[in-house]
Amino acid sequence: MKVLVPVKRVLDYNLKVRVKADGTGVDLSNLKMSMNPFDEIAVEEAVRMKEGGGGHPAGTATEVVAISIGPEQAQETIRTALAMGADRGILVKAEGEVEPLAVAKLLKAIVDAEQPGLVILGKQAIDDDSNQVGQMLAALLDWPQATFASKIVVAGGKINVTREIDGGLQTLSLETPAIVTTDLRLNEPRYASLPNIMKAKKKPIDAKTPADLGVDVAPRLTVVKVADPPKRQGGAKVKTVQDLVAGLKAAGVI
Amino acid sequence: MTLAIELTEAQAAIKDAVEKICAKYDDRYWAHTDETGEFPEPFVADMAAGGWLGVAMPEEVGGAGLGLTEAALMMQVVAASGAGFSGASAIHLNIFGLMPIVKFGTVEQKKRFLPPVISGADKACFAVTEPNSGLDTASLETRAERTNSGYVITGRKIWTTNAQRASKMLIIARTTPKDQAKKPTDGLSLFYTNFNRTRIEANPIPKMGRKAVECNTLFIDGLEVPKEDLIGEEGKGFQILLTGLNPERTLIGAEAVGLGRAALARAAQYSQERVVFGRPIGQNQGVAHPLAKAWAELEAADLVCFKAAALYDAGKESGAYANAAKYLGGEAGFNACEAAVMAHGGMGYAKEYFVERYFREAMIARLVPVSREMILNYIAERVLGLPKSY
Repeated sequence: MKVLVPVKRVLDYNLKVRVKADGTGVDLSNLKMSMNPFDEIAVEEAVRMKEGGGGHPAGTATEVVAISIGPEQAQETIRTALAMGADRGILVKAEGEVEPLAVAKLLKAIVDAEQPGLVILGKQAIDDDSNQVGQMLAALLDWPQATFASKIVVAGGKINVTREIDGGLQTLSLETPAIVTTDLRLNEPRYASLPNIMKAKKKPIDAKTPADLGVDVAPRLTVVKVADPPKRQGGAKVKTVQDLVAGLKAAGVI
Repeated sequence: MTLAIELTEAQAAIKDAVEKICAKYDDRYWAHTDETGEFPEPFVADMAAGGWLGVAMPEEVGGAGLGLTEAALMMQVVAASGAGFSGASAIHLNIFGLMPIVKFGTVEQKKRFLPPVISGADKACFAVTEPNSGLDTASLETRAERTNSGYVITGRKIWTTNAQRASKMLIIARTTPKDQAKKPTDGLSLFYTNFNRTRIEANPIPKMGRKAVECNTLFIDGLEVPKEDLIGEEGKGFQILLTGLNPERTLIGAEAVGLGRAALARAAQYSQERVVFGRPIGQNQGVAHPLAKAWAELEAADLVCFKAAALYDAGKESGAYANAAKYLGGEAGFNACEAAVMAHGGMGYAKEYFVERYFREAMIARLVPVSREMILNYIAERVLGLPKSY
């Protein structure tokens, strides 16, 4: 089974986000960009399916293909996936904002060409938190989907996915081909080792454009405003428990 | 050779991957090792598992075959993570210390010696300096007497890092007495051999900082060394050892810059957060300027370090730059650590804020592997053409 893993280049999760002074977006200049953490989890799961591990026998995945949509530098994100163990990459070069529906359409075009048995995506990207691409891609392909996976078991031609839902766990059984999106607890992604970083340099990355795939990526949405969350107000110290209770009552919380 | 200002894609990936490993070991971890003297085994094991110890080793023995540039980058990232010299020195010797074997060892020796060092199975130490001969290596007194099957080594060494854990030792000893050798620097031979504790007594030296990575005095009494463990030609040990000096100096410079960056990051953070007289102390130029100056000095030293590395990787003479890299890195690192302690005020003296550990460790790069004065001598003679003074 071939597995596709889309990976997005986002602002590194360790960095503090700064809103641009004019409120049009987030300042990305000279900041470290990394792979979206949920996508790292997706790559890890796919690579375990190939190499064996995490409950998957080796060879569950026969090939792992990492795809990124974005500027030239998104190639670095693909290279990270290759260093983790993916076999090859596809870069769809697109400058500027590419909205979830356009991403899903681009991915559909790649899926049509590649014919994978499974696409594993991060449940959402930490930059815009849209949480839409996996679901849209499933709809466009008319494939079954299981989102927010905390466990994936491939058995008897089916993909059984455990999902964390309010109040417990739900297990779905999907026919292949299928779409799965990853939640935080699915696995703990590996660090790329030096030998694998060296090997990744030699793995192929195909470059395509939205035009090659026949997809119009013109934005349909307009960002009206991006603003910082309101500044936290300082708390107050009280001298006695009575003061505390009175204060909480006055605030209407008890 | 062109000096790259931007990291290549592979270099950026290396930096990123090493940062991720280091992120597991925070300042509290290193403060703990510094207090207890516990060697950072899990950190070294993680670095070995990721193949990082073989960064500059040839590919045919399982290394990555990369250059000094990548090695310096990696070591700088380790130091800058807050690990400082506690982390860097724990792996430093693995990185370039065994270059004499890479360059002068036989195929058999490379196969026998290098893969276990890359995997972390073998732990090497370096026995060069002696109590009665520091930088004057030609005067060292440890003897290797020839026997039928090899040599027997007797003598004393000092400042041997890692000897408590070492399974192997790179050691230089006299095989021809100084008065019988053609030149004082002739007649020394290099061996890489088992650290046989029945013949070697290693005693740690209580020291100022970096307690986690110990340094020792060695008493070597009749250590038998098979002739298969002689590296290169007998009598040419000094010349062989020299080939490793420039990379080592470059690495130390880069590590010191990393340490300075760790200190500066802490100081910048504290100066933002600490409010006195109704404003963050970093708003005062008296606090801000020393930190800004430290940054500029670190960046300048960094450029010289990577110029030295680029020259070495291009196979060009790097001596002057490698020496300058170690000198400038050591000074800039120390100045940044001092500025960081000062920016913290009294809290800079408290272990809780970590910068006092950086400050103590910053002395290392000023003192080793060669003194500042000998570096200035080298530059005065070799670059400026001035007469030798010693």
